Amino acid sequence: MPKLIKDANIIDNQWSMLEASNTPEDALIPAGNVIVPLNVWRSQKTKLSGRADEIGVWLTSDEFADELADDAKKLPLIALHFATFMDGRAFTTARLLRERFGFTGELRASGAIIRDQLCYLSRCGVNAFHFADDSINLEGALDSLSDFSDGYQTSVEQKTPLSQRR
Amino acid sequence: MYIYDEHDYKILGERTTQFRKQTDRYLAGELKEEEFLPLRLQNGLYIQRLAPMLRVNVPYGMLNTTQLRKIAHVAREYDKGYVHVSTRQNIQFNWPELAEVPSILTELAEVEMHATQSSGSCLRNTTSDQFAGIAPDEVVDPRPYSEIIRQWSSFHPEFAFLPRKFKIAVSGAESDRAAIRVHDIGLQVVTNDTGEVGFKVLVGGGLGRTPVIGSVIREFLPEIHLISYLDAILRIYNQLGRRDNKYKARIKILVKAMGADKFAAKVEEEWAHIKDGLSTLTRAEIELAKNAFSTPAYAELGDESAVLAQQTAEQPAFGKWLSRNVHPHRVSGYAAVTLSLKPTGVAPGDITDSQLEAIADLADQYSFAEARTTHEQNIVLGDVKQSDLFALWGKAKAKGFATPNIGTLTDMICCPGGDFCSLANAKSLPIAEAIQRQFDDLDYLYDLGNLDLNISGCMNACGHHHIGHIGILGVDKKGEEFYQIQLGGNAGTDTSLGKVLGPAFGANEVPQVMQRIIDTYVAKRVDGEQFIETYRRVGMAPFKEKVYAKAD
Repeated sequence: MPKLIKDANIIDNQWSMLEASNTPEDALIPAGNVIVPLNVWRSQKTKLSGRADEIGVWLTSDEFADELADDAKKLPLIALHFATFMDGRAFTTARLLRERFGFTGELRASGAIIRDQLCYLSRCGVNAFHFADDSINLEGALDSLSDFSDGYQTSVEQKTPLSQRR
Repeated sequence: MYIYDEHDYKILGERTTQFRKQTDRYLAGELKEEEFLPLRLQNGLYIQRLAPMLRVNVPYGMLNTTQLRKIAHVAREYDKGYVHVSTRQNIQFNWPELAEVPSILTELAEVEMHATQSSGSCLRNTTSDQFAGIAPDEVVDPRPYSEIIRQWSSFHPEFAFLPRKFKIAVSGAESDRAAIRVHDIGLQVVTNDTGEVGFKVLVGGGLGRTPVIGSVIREFLPEIHLISYLDAILRIYNQLGRRDNKYKARIKILVKAMGADKFAAKVEEEWAHIKDGLSTLTRAEIELAKNAFSTPAYAELGDESAVLAQQTAEQPAFGKWLSRNVHPHRVSGYAAVTLSLKPTGVAPGDITDSQLEAIADLADQYSFAEARTTHEQNIVLGDVKQSDLFALWGKAKAKGFATPNIGTLTDMICCPGGDFCSLANAKSLPIAEAIQRQFDDLDYLYDLGNLDLNISGCMNACGHHHIGHIGILGVDKKGEEFYQIQLGGNAGTDTSLGKVLGPAFGANEVPQVMQRIIDTYVAKRVDGEQFIETYRRVGMAPFKEKVYAKAD
């Protein structure tokens, strides 16, 4: 089973990801834990709410936190999908989901992320990392997760800025 | 100056370790070229035409003499014995070996210096006024706020992958010496009617391909809200800035597309959510930052103008230096001195290892062991006793940085250009030198007065050609280097952008064209008018006529 990093551990991926759909209302959602695209979530929300513990939602980089808004609280998992690691919009989305919309479930970065982004993503509230590239050495990636032990700014991990802790 | 505590050392140490590991992975083939690219850029490392270039931050231009000596050491041990002062007050090494860069960064970290985010699509080094804390026209010292911004921007987890680079400049004086109107964010420190300190906030200024003067989006931001407001601006930019075209990705394009009012409203809306959170600066935080820039132990001195006048009478050359390179100071009996890095024949802003050490010695002896880099690519000793000026002049002259040309045509801003930079369309350094040789008569230069000549080797505008009174832009025409001339730009409080004079010239024509522009100014000026004033009065036409007149 494919592996990923969650809460600084290497674990089996228990979720499948449903591909984007142009006809979201007709998308068939398999049994088990599924991460669905935002448009599928929107068009089948009522039905899917009955499977509360096994439906997550994934966002592209141009789908922002406020598009889920209060729905976030009800979801067990939200994935932020990176088409390219250079697109940093999801860093903001992560913080807003945690800090503004009260999301407490698994916040997963997936796709084209690189291990050198893990520490910052984690400070933005991401707690799971699923690399598109299967060949990634996950033990090595775990190292990068703790590149920094502290930061100057407020973050999801450390709410008090360093200058108030000196 | 700000002194690192154990937290700063720890974080910077972790950064250098991180980059050492990344470099090792890259050299071992475990990190792909395109993945290493943004990582090395965010550690200051460009791959240039001939070798890598390492850009080291000089936060708001302040250097102590330990740092100056370390830069000299690195230049000697790891490079070819010289460095370049950039137009954003930073120090650039032109020839480091990639494999040695982690060691260079480790050495620099020992003296509280870093190359963090000095390039790449991220928050860059914050720049400020080279006369901060000493200028007579200063309202509030911008350095404590610049340091607060440095800390906030360093390793900011949310904004490390922005659409494009992001530059902030801070000025606290009446006269803007930090070019805040042509930065992504420009901050003017001000006080309101009740004496409260705050910021006038400008966004969306910039040079490059699309030069724009920034728009004021807030007239007064109380100082305690500095960080949350910056977070709000960056958050809007991170989300909405264009990522499909790197030439349209700067915040200036977003602000223009949305309109400054709408952009401001968006920022205010975001800010309302985070305004009174833990990022709000406490009194203690502001005081801590202010204490880092406390007043040095000035002696109680009277004004020494009479003595200086007498020394000038005996040594007219000293008088010339005084009039161009020495600047007023807010404390009686003191002056600020600009050491010129623009002698003819040396690339503007270049300085050798032994000159750096000589400056360190002078700063130790005459200026509280501190120096400042300027965006005009010179170095300032900020706190010199007037009574020491004569002795300092003699020593500076012997080391080659007393050329009395500050503010004149030959004190030009110039990027490294096609000799070094792989982005450049044309060489800039030989053009600079040819112009310096054309205008080598000091009395003539003084007669021409204040004249900003800015030269860029390509439209990325590192040489700030849009805001030179005369700007020169290197362009490529079918593989040949040509130079476009612009007139009427101005940096500072009444910033304006230059307009193109006409068709571009070949390199060999530029000195003669410059001469015709200057001749036109001399012919048209009325008593006491500076170049920019004459240009603004008479317009482009007479210059154009003279320059493009057919030789009969």
